Amino acid sequence: MKSLTDVAQYCTFWIDDLFFGVDVDDVQEVLRHQPMTPVPRASEGVQGLINLRGQIVTAVDLRFRLGLPPRGDRLPMNVIVRSRGEVVSLLVDDIGDVVDAAGLAVEQIPSNIPGEVQQVVRAVRPLPDKLLLVLDSDSAVEVRAAEPAGATA
Amino acid sequence: MMDDDAEIIAEFLVESHENLDQLDRDLVELEQHPGSRELLSSIFRTIHTIKGTSGFLALGRLEKLTHVGETLLSQLRDGQKTMTPPIAEALLRMVDTVRALLDVIERTGKDEDASVDVAPVAALIEALLAGEEQAADVPEVLLVPAAAVAEPDGVRHAGSNGVAVLERTEVADVPPVPPAPRAPEAQVAPEPEPQPVPAAEEPAAPAEVEEDPAERRTLVDASVRVDVDLLDNLVQLVGELVLTRNQLLQRTLVSEDVELIRAGQRLDLVASELQESVMKTRMQPIGQVWSKMPRMVRDLSHQLGREVELVMEGHETELDRSLLEALKGPLTHLVRNSMDHGIEKPDERLAAGKSRSGRLHLRAFHESGQVVVEITDDGKGINPDKIASVAIERGVVSREQIARMDTREIVNLIFRPGFSTASEVTNVSGRGVGMDVVRTNIERIGGSVDLQSEAGRGTTVRVRIPLTLAIIPALVVGENGERYAIPQANLVELVRLEADDRNLEFLDGAPVLRLRGRLLPLVSLSEALGGRRVDGEALSVVVLQSDDVRFGLCVSAVHDTQEIVVKPIGRQLKSLAMYAGATIMGDGRVSLILDVAGLAREQSIDATQTDATEVRATDDDRTQLLVLEVAGGRRAALPLAAVARLEEFDRDRVERSGAAEVVQYRGGLLPLVRLAPTIGLPDTSDSHDQMSVVVHERANRAVGIVIDRVLDVVEIAVSSSQVGSRPGVTGTAVVQDRVTDLVDIEAVVAWAGASA
Repeated sequence: MKSLTDVAQYCTFWIDDLFFGVDVDDVQEVLRHQPMTPVPRASEGVQGLINLRGQIVTAVDLRFRLGLPPRGDRLPMNVIVRSRGEVVSLLVDDIGDVVDAAGLAVEQIPSNIPGEVQQVVRAVRPLPDKLLLVLDSDSAVEVRAAEPAGATA
Repeated sequence: MMDDDAEIIAEFLVESHENLDQLDRDLVELEQHPGSRELLSSIFRTIHTIKGTSGFLALGRLEKLTHVGETLLSQLRDGQKTMTPPIAEALLRMVDTVRALLDVIERTGKDEDASVDVAPVAALIEALLAGEEQAADVPEVLLVPAAAVAEPDGVRHAGSNGVAVLERTEVADVPPVPPAPRAPEAQVAPEPEPQPVPAAEEPAAPAEVEEDPAERRTLVDASVRVDVDLLDNLVQLVGELVLTRNQLLQRTLVSEDVELIRAGQRLDLVASELQESVMKTRMQPIGQVWSKMPRMVRDLSHQLGREVELVMEGHETELDRSLLEALKGPLTHLVRNSMDHGIEKPDERLAAGKSRSGRLHLRAFHESGQVVVEITDDGKGINPDKIASVAIERGVVSREQIARMDTREIVNLIFRPGFSTASEVTNVSGRGVGMDVVRTNIERIGGSVDLQSEAGRGTTVRVRIPLTLAIIPALVVGENGERYAIPQANLVELVRLEADDRNLEFLDGAPVLRLRGRLLPLVSLSEALGGRRVDGEALSVVVLQSDDVRFGLCVSAVHDTQEIVVKPIGRQLKSLAMYAGATIMGDGRVSLILDVAGLAREQSIDATQTDATEVRATDDDRTQLLVLEVAGGRRAALPLAAVARLEEFDRDRVERSGAAEVVQYRGGLLPLVRLAPTIGLPDTSDSHDQMSVVVHERANRAVGIVIDRVLDVVEIAVSSSQVGSRPGVTGTAVVQDRVTDLVDIEAVVAWAGASA
């Protein structure tokens, strides 16, 4: 994984009022809501499978991963990321702009934010008007392992 | 026979041409690293191979030439000679002459064409062997093949001709190894197919060079080696194209645009043909595996003291190369097994009234989208009683389970883990590992194996494997609004049940289906998917088989069968054993593919569990009882061990033989005895259209005991009470809170004997 300071741009998105960013080099594409096939008996975090031009992609709901309540009726957006040789779709609430990382400070995650969020965030990069949480996409798509609630960094 | 020879020669040519290209590179490299034993060994092996094959194919001149070359190389390899420029020259010339000879062979099938003269090169090498460092000048041999042979492969020839010319100038003019002329040669040798420019510049017979390639591609040009990954990628892309076509075609169905419809149909055709062609690129004939069989059979017959005649059919049957690779091991093992356990020694055969030599028949053919390979021997066959006793002894199955198996199931027990009946362990087979591994390996590639045997007559093992793994036929079923694909390889049959079907029973709450005398555990797909079981509706039961497990999957809808492209699913879902992958349907939606073996495991259905309450009979105090209903609601029980099978007969199949009732059953007559009268109860078994019959077998004699219906199988510690003891009844017991007569099976059989 490359160092945070090497990342030139972030693809950003919203989940509730959390503002996340993923290195654009890790993002394959961003799509509107796609028809999904549910996978019975799978972890709750797996929302289903989508057909991405013939490739079958698992859709992981970041809301579940972050321990947030379900999205309700709103349709999620897909941020398709590459993680350890596989392509996974992260279901998010809204897509933001691409943010230039130049000149942004890199800060530790404050220790008082919830454990679920800490697990998937590598660092915080403050923007003038808000905080950008740098998502660790490898751990964000990891839903199989039992989630140790309240783990601290 | 001629065809075979031609085929062998063709293979030899392709292989040799490739080897020669390598040889050129090796020789050039060798000059830079004269001491490299590795290179020398490699060159030696190549020449040795060509020599060996040419001897076998009676190509005398080629053999003679490579023989002297080999001698020289072996001396170099063993350090008796060291590499010098003249030796290198001689070897390169030999390679050129070999190549010229191969071209002649390709055109004429023989190596006797006078246009290539081997004698001068052979003489040159022999002179070197004799120690003459000063190589004789033999220019003509190099030029003869270059100019006179109507060489169709202008490119290749330009290369070799270039080398030849270079060599000549070197030998004639330049005493040491000059680096300058070496350089172009080094370029030419490893790259024998550059742009066609040299061919155009080639002054010799330009007309011929232009004509020939069009008329006849050389064997070397006719085939290309392709990276398997590239082929895999092509297969995948074609899979996607097929899916996209399916989506498009669905749209064109409702379209009014004639042009679009026409284009769609054309796309349909092209995509299908493309798919077929791409699949074909991965196909290889099974003959590749079989070509190794004669030798193996010969060696084994010596080792085992058998006389075996090997017959092979269907060499040309093609299957996917990865499957072919995976099939090699299991097939080898099965052939060994047939020879070791099947075919008897000659004297035993004679004693059994058979011919001295056994016959091993290998047959491959396509059948309904699958490749079937049969291995048949006319040996002693498999004795089911022996298998049964060994299986019980080794704890593979229990006595009760054996009692309910038919012969075919019993002989197929040899595929269970830890099973081997070889009374003496040989190094050929019979180490207790093997048949189960064979089956595991075959099932891993989506195949199945089945064995049929007739004691004293022989055994046939039938292996079925899919043509390819990437695209498989599947049955699509519906549940909860989603579609699921089930690989057709696991599919046994489809059964439609009404909710009140009387063959549908609940044992301890678990649904089972009485299907042709066997109890089939049922699994609700809805429940397996985490939903609720839907009771009280008509059911579609998909009977599935995987390993020894057979069960019925209740689904809410059965759609159709179709070819699906198997795609992997992400690591987040790998822990779910019930899915084998996913596929994309014609409408572009993703559907999951069910893994039948995984589903059975998750639903805790295993091979030994044919009914829900059965537990392994280990405790001697406990007995398994088959609980029946007789005489309009009275309960009776038989020891399960006395039950061979459960059958249902149409009432009109019952015939009379003297005073006794019989039915025709399994090629013989099954005497029937009605249970109720034998235990002193009124007979009501006539009140159904079908007769429920418990088949009891002993000493090759069977009796059918007619009852009203089967209720359950229970395992209890019987505390029999003498209350109610009477003829035909040893006592009564309380089973499932009901008073139950314990039937005296001996008395019932005796009754049958008396009335017959």
